[in-house]
Amino acid sequence: MLGTTMLGTPNSTSIGFFLAFVSLTLGITWWAARHTRTTEEFFAAGRRITGRQNGFALAGDYMSAASFLGIAGLVATSGFDGLIYSTGWLVGWPVVLFLIAEPLRNLGRYTFTDVVSFRLRQRPVRIAAALGALAVVLLYLIAQMVGAGNLIRLMFGLSYETAIVIVGAVMLVYVLFGGMIATTWVQIVKAALLLGGAALLALLVLARFGFNPLRLFAAAAEHYGAAVLAPGKLISSPWEAVSLGLALMFGTAGLPHILMRFYTVPDARAARQSVFWATGLIGCFYLLTFVLGFGAMVLVGHDAIVAVDKGGNMAAPLLAEALGGTPLLGFIAAVAFATILAVVAGLTLSGAAALSHDLWVSVVRHGNAPHEEQLKVARIASVMLGVLAVALGLLFKGQNVAFMVGLAFALAASGNFPALVLSIYWQGFTTAGAVAAIVTGTLTAATLICLSPTVQIDILHHAHAWFPLKNPALVSMPLAFLAAVVVSLAAPEAAASAGYAAKERRMILGEQ
Amino acid sequence: MTLGLLSRQRWRIATTLSAVMIVVYFGFVLLVAFDKPLVGTIIAPGLSVGVLLGALVIVAAWIVTWIYVRWANSHLDRRVSELRAAGPPA
Repeated sequence: MLGTTMLGTPNSTSIGFFLAFVSLTLGITWWAARHTRTTEEFFAAGRRITGRQNGFALAGDYMSAASFLGIAGLVATSGFDGLIYSTGWLVGWPVVLFLIAEPLRNLGRYTFTDVVSFRLRQRPVRIAAALGALAVVLLYLIAQMVGAGNLIRLMFGLSYETAIVIVGAVMLVYVLFGGMIATTWVQIVKAALLLGGAALLALLVLARFGFNPLRLFAAAAEHYGAAVLAPGKLISSPWEAVSLGLALMFGTAGLPHILMRFYTVPDARAARQSVFWATGLIGCFYLLTFVLGFGAMVLVGHDAIVAVDKGGNMAAPLLAEALGGTPLLGFIAAVAFATILAVVAGLTLSGAAALSHDLWVSVVRHGNAPHEEQLKVARIASVMLGVLAVALGLLFKGQNVAFMVGLAFALAASGNFPALVLSIYWQGFTTAGAVAAIVTGTLTAATLICLSPTVQIDILHHAHAWFPLKNPALVSMPLAFLAAVVVSLAAPEAAASAGYAAKERRMILGEQ
Repeated sequence: MTLGLLSRQRWRIATTLSAVMIVVYFGFVLLVAFDKPLVGTIIAPGLSVGVLLGALVIVAAWIVTWIYVRWANSHLDRRVSELRAAGPPA
């Protein structure tokens, strides 16, 4: 198997598929650009996306190359453990549906900061929440860009720097000209390709095992021992397990680029339908990934996968090549590239919304910026973030970025989620409480990550770490809630409390 | 039904279903953390307790989502349109 792989050599099939995807999405962008004239169209696709379309786009925004290649690789190299991550990433979605999606759509316009600041004093809350959002977006961007550079180098044989610049440039074209309309359709196309590709691979794998996944798992257990169906090294202690679980479950409900998607649909009902679709699609995707991981373990083999990439990230592409030769490898490689582009575009757009809508328009201009100015600032912010994403990608070359995705989820669960959920449901929540929650959650999570074994031992090679857990959510998320409650109770805010009834009415009934 | 009543009813359903999801998921994670031998037990050729439970967590997420959407599509939306038709409070 090894030595015969075409992986890492630019071949006409993968380049052909990739160029086809880029041409199609640039065509979409050209069409979208003619419908992107207002801020509402730039940030919220004119609120004309249907629930089902938004469900696909949410899935497209969420299923990153890291989860496709990373989880398939984790399953291929350690079996059952991959399922712990998959379930964690899925169970956040019902929470988004029950607690966040509909109130968010009814109360806000472009960003989740709209909701947090709804009945509170605008400037302090906007500044804190926008900075919290930007922290999550930047970390997520670094992880995606560095991952993109490495993956594209492995799959297409391009240099790391070339790959980063291509991703940055193409993504910026989508965002700059096509805004949210183009970004949404890129995500829909990408979600369909990714799910279709994963389903095709899974069918080809299962065809060799009488379409019975249990026969596949049994074959894996026969080769590598029953340990592949049992927990391995991923969960070392119960505290670690709960901390990671908290970050994964509540982090989803605090990711700015995911929350922003709920503004692209016309009403709360459509927001609800979109989570229904997203949960179904993402759940199917993780079940498929599990089959692909075991397929790669049995059909490609553990040693061949680890020989190409120690982390196992190339398991799915190698499986594609084993099943369908160079054409299928080319297709899957192009899908992975497309996946990165779509996620990075969504992140950039949400960062641009925080910079222009929250910080420039609401804080600097007190909400009174002419229309053309808003759009112009939004585009300048997009370019700044695009350049920053490329620069950070180059700066963090060679770093282990897996922990940054974990940090982004922990920051989102600690910095953004507590303030968001309390602002929606707690009458006694105050401006000072919101700022305290965001600052405490973000700073505690960031500090504890720096003191964690991942940074202290794995990166800095110190003998011991000050904080025992790899993921800080178990400490930082409760602390954020505590800070919010204590500060709010210590100094009640009459105006915020009085505004609650009007907020509740609009949260349930929408704008009237 | 008044707005306050509807809001409280929605809160009860949202928190109950969230709690179900939290119990199911953290139950799974803690079982993996505390009883690895049990989770690794093979119950049929190719199927361990862990793989079965993991798949069931995904199915459970689908079920709670479906329950909420069904309730909201029928009950919540009807009450919301009644309240909207009744107009703003005096």
